[in-house]
Amino acid sequence: MASIQLQALAHRYPSAPDYALRSMQQTWSDGGAYALLGPSGCGKTTLLNIISGLLRPSEGRVLFDDIDVTDLTTEQRNIAQVFQFPVVYDTMTVAENLAFPLHNRGIVKNEIEKRVADALQMLDLQDRANDRARSLTADDKQKISLGRGLVRTDVQAILFDEPLTVIDPHLKWQLRTELKKIHQRFQHTMIYVTHDQTEALTFAEQVIVMYEGAVVQIGTPQQLFETPEHTFVGRFIGSPGMNVLSCEVDGSDAVFAGKRFPLNQTVDASASRFELGIRPEHIKLSAGDGMPLTVTALEDVGRHVIVRGEIEGAAVSALVKDGVAIPQNPHVSFDSAHINLYADDYRVGSGRGD
Amino acid sequence: MSIQKVQNNKAWLMVLPVLILVAISAIIPLMTVVNYSVQDTFGGNEFFWVGTEWFQEVLASERFHNALLRTLLFSGLILTIEIPLGILIALAMPKRGWGVSVCLVLMALPLLIPWNVVGTIWQVFGRVDIGLLGHSLASLGIDYNYTQNNLDAWLTLILMDVWHWTSLVVLLCYSGLVSIPEVFYQAARIDGASRWAIFRFIQLPKIKRVLLIAVLLRFMDSFMIYTEPFVVTGGGPGNITTFLSIDLVQMAVGQFDLGPAAAMSLIYFLIILLVCWVFYTVMTSYDNDEQSNGGGAQ
Repeated sequence: MASIQLQALAHRYPSAPDYALRSMQQTWSDGGAYALLGPSGCGKTTLLNIISGLLRPSEGRVLFDDIDVTDLTTEQRNIAQVFQFPVVYDTMTVAENLAFPLHNRGIVKNEIEKRVADALQMLDLQDRANDRARSLTADDKQKISLGRGLVRTDVQAILFDEPLTVIDPHLKWQLRTELKKIHQRFQHTMIYVTHDQTEALTFAEQVIVMYEGAVVQIGTPQQLFETPEHTFVGRFIGSPGMNVLSCEVDGSDAVFAGKRFPLNQTVDASASRFELGIRPEHIKLSAGDGMPLTVTALEDVGRHVIVRGEIEGAAVSALVKDGVAIPQNPHVSFDSAHINLYADDYRVGSGRGD
Repeated sequence: MSIQKVQNNKAWLMVLPVLILVAISAIIPLMTVVNYSVQDTFGGNEFFWVGTEWFQEVLASERFHNALLRTLLFSGLILTIEIPLGILIALAMPKRGWGVSVCLVLMALPLLIPWNVVGTIWQVFGRVDIGLLGHSLASLGIDYNYTQNNLDAWLTLILMDVWHWTSLVVLLCYSGLVSIPEVFYQAARIDGASRWAIFRFIQLPKIKRVLLIAVLLRFMDSFMIYTEPFVVTGGGPGNITTFLSIDLVQMAVGQFDLGPAAAMSLIYFLIILLVCWVFYTVMTSYDNDEQSNGGGAQ
């Protein structure tokens, strides 16, 4: 197991006009559970393949425990990786699949048998040890992919590339729980790529949010929710995402729809664009207090009703608990403790009070 | 309320054209052959019932045994050479870039040449007096002559068939290889697999189906080979390259022994059918294995 450092790392595919990964500087600690979260095409998989050595970065270095591994092959880096689509060796049995990476590394037979038995037990596949791997269901196959990493006790890190994409929803939860258990037991450094925020937030201690080839925020799930450092994070995390409303800055106040929201600090007004960020959870609906909201749609999502509407042409969503009546001509007020101000998409300072 | 299944016998009319076509193209000619195989004729239009006599005669004749052995040996050699060679070439072909189309066109070329032209090309190519191959070998001091030497005749025919048909195996294997997702190779690198292990555990299992088709096609084609050896060696020297098909034509057209020839062609047909059935069984048993999702102890 190892800590992972990325130094001035960037990548551009040959013949591509733009960078797939913009220059980044990261240190991920040994034994951590990290999730790389972002929409399709944001560079998550590229970054993962660079760490595992399947891809060589066009710029910058990758270090495992302060040792430069940029020019080492995947085998030399000793990485385990689980892919989006389960990879099993069709002609082998489950047990042979698990033994395969050990055989390739010339480990003695007794040791292989012991480790395979351990892995089978961990993955709850003992009954199927001698079945052909191709006869298994997708989730069992994915367990085998994971198992081929687990049998190698000395791996530097286990990387996951959207491993639950082809798994049935009810099994996703189960596999995720098993992954967490495995992490707690072995303390492998784990990096988990996904575009599903639920997966990222439940799996990881630290979530790395990527957007257009750059890391825009690293934080705990709570930090991502409460203080998104970038408007993209606000919109991407949460359902529905954060309201991002164009505003003006006047002295120490932010002005939106004619209403002033006091900021605790003076703001450098040189940015070209200011926006207010407020989560739908922190918007209160009432009959006549605050800004008038023109309701355009109501979505009942079970425990909540999402109220979609407009304030002076700006789209705003609010959450109302199920069963609470929505007033005829609703007005909204923002909980100012949870307002974030963004200058050119990046957050300014911290949350402000009245 | 039960669901009423609509019965409409008009549907039979729809399949009638196909039935007629198949009857004319296959069933009626086949029945004619069956008809000849159980009767004897002395010209004119007189036929005598002989039962299974022709079959017994053919099956007991040394001539048939020898031709069958030669044909089996030929098919065996063809498969042993063309299948591994085809796989090797397919593995060596580029997977992307401009090289792909160049290779594909080069590979497809021999397949586009008609059989008798291939025969003529090699007939001339191997001639000691004017052929590039024959003359070059002769000037190197090698005593090569496919019209007189048994081994040379066989070598020439095998070389010709390898040249003509390995491409088919290559193209089939290549199509199987390019359809393997990149992620399998990535996983193999992660698992530290050797080149041989990648071939043995990823590539070979993934091209197994197309490989079976390749084996089937190459077996049938080589087992029925006629035109090329007929043009190049004419079955000689002596009878050394007289395969079943050549023998059959000699018997039917050359000697006009319609009865034995009909019996022989039916036996020939049954052998091919038998081998195809074996291949079919192997292929479907592989599929069944795939579908048995339940598993259980093996």
